[in-house]
Amino acid sequence: MVKIDKETAFSILENVKDPEIPLLSIIDMGILRDFYYDNNKAIAVITPTYSGCPAMTMISDMVKDELVKAGLENVEVISQISPAWTTEWMSEKAKSNLKASGIAPPIKMQMTELFNIKFNDDKIECPFCNSNNTKKTSEFGSTACKSLHYCNECSQPFDYFKCI
Amino acid sequence: MSANLFNYLLKLGDDRVVMGQRMAEWCGVGPILEEDVALTNLCLDFIGQGVSLLGKAGEIEGLGRNEDSLAFFRDDMEYKNTLLVEQPNGDFAQTIAKLFFFSTFDIIFLNELTKSKDEYLTAFAIKSLKEAKYHFRHSSNWFLRLGDGTEESNTRLQNAIDNLWLFTDELFDMDEADLELVNLGIAVDLNIVKAQWLEKMNEFFTLSKVKPTNPDCFMIKGGRKGIHTEHLGKMLAEMQILPRTYPDAQW
Repeated sequence: MVKIDKETAFSILENVKDPEIPLLSIIDMGILRDFYYDNNKAIAVITPTYSGCPAMTMISDMVKDELVKAGLENVEVISQISPAWTTEWMSEKAKSNLKASGIAPPIKMQMTELFNIKFNDDKIECPFCNSNNTKKTSEFGSTACKSLHYCNECSQPFDYFKCI
Repeated sequence: MSANLFNYLLKLGDDRVVMGQRMAEWCGVGPILEEDVALTNLCLDFIGQGVSLLGKAGEIEGLGRNEDSLAFFRDDMEYKNTLLVEQPNGDFAQTIAKLFFFSTFDIIFLNELTKSKDEYLTAFAIKSLKEAKYHFRHSSNWFLRLGDGTEESNTRLQNAIDNLWLFTDELFDMDEADLELVNLGIAVDLNIVKAQWLEKMNEFFTLSKVKPTNPDCFMIKGGRKGIHTEHLGKMLAEMQILPRTYPDAQW
């Protein structure tokens, strides 16, 4: 029976891309949290970005497939919600990949107030021309994790990966 | 104790499943494209939260039921959601008013729930609070804009509040089982939530130039005990028809 360590598992699972943002792997995204053995069963732990992320089942299947392809037999993928996913887990490589593909990466910010009626990330840097002269079009975009913005300098609409 | 927790999880889970399913009726018919996308984004959060809670409830019950069997194979009288969340969407103002009432409640409630002695509920609360914050941001922005907008939008929001206000008090209802869980430090004392919620409401009523015509009106309740308005059954019929017709259906 093939047995691999955590490091190897992570390098294998680098092949699993986020189905909604295929240029990022689940490791870049911070979705893959852990890999260990329970008796002889290999356990991979993933966490949802947003509670209702529709890609979770698919990601879970892809993780399983990838590990089975590597020769593992007894594999289980479990999903856990704690600690809660945050954009801070996203790697620097992931952020530059996002930007290169026209999606503004999340900027760091603190959201400590309970009741906040203002969208804090108003002046998002345009991923195309780097201008800060941009405006929010809609706080909700093509996926739960993105909002829509418009650059007043280069007249490009673009997505922003929201900070949570 | 585990029966109490099972029921508690059902109440929380059913609120979210019904909230999400009802609001999802806006999918494809939103007033503008951005709003269509926004509302369905929020629905996804509610459904996801519901899946998590009902899944946990099934685990605790230990009879082999999972989130799908609990959502699709219970009749309306077994649903424990509040009457507020099952009310029809009405016009856009009514949808926003409902979302505003519920998401304000949710922030206060989840913030309290992060202190729960139950590890799962704490984790759930921390995760969901992040989402509740932007649910509130979205609904409160519209609430202000509609109330302090045109005569038409103000009238519509005013009507929405009067249609829904009588269902709001049930959000804060606790039965004996809930109180036992409160004493154990597991459940949230909803009296605390109610005081903060009313304060927030009054703040926004002033800003939005609307307020309940009769704030002390008779409050209708029953959902927590399985006694629902006629609207829930119809919604569930649509939601459940496929898995009930083809119980082994797979994606």
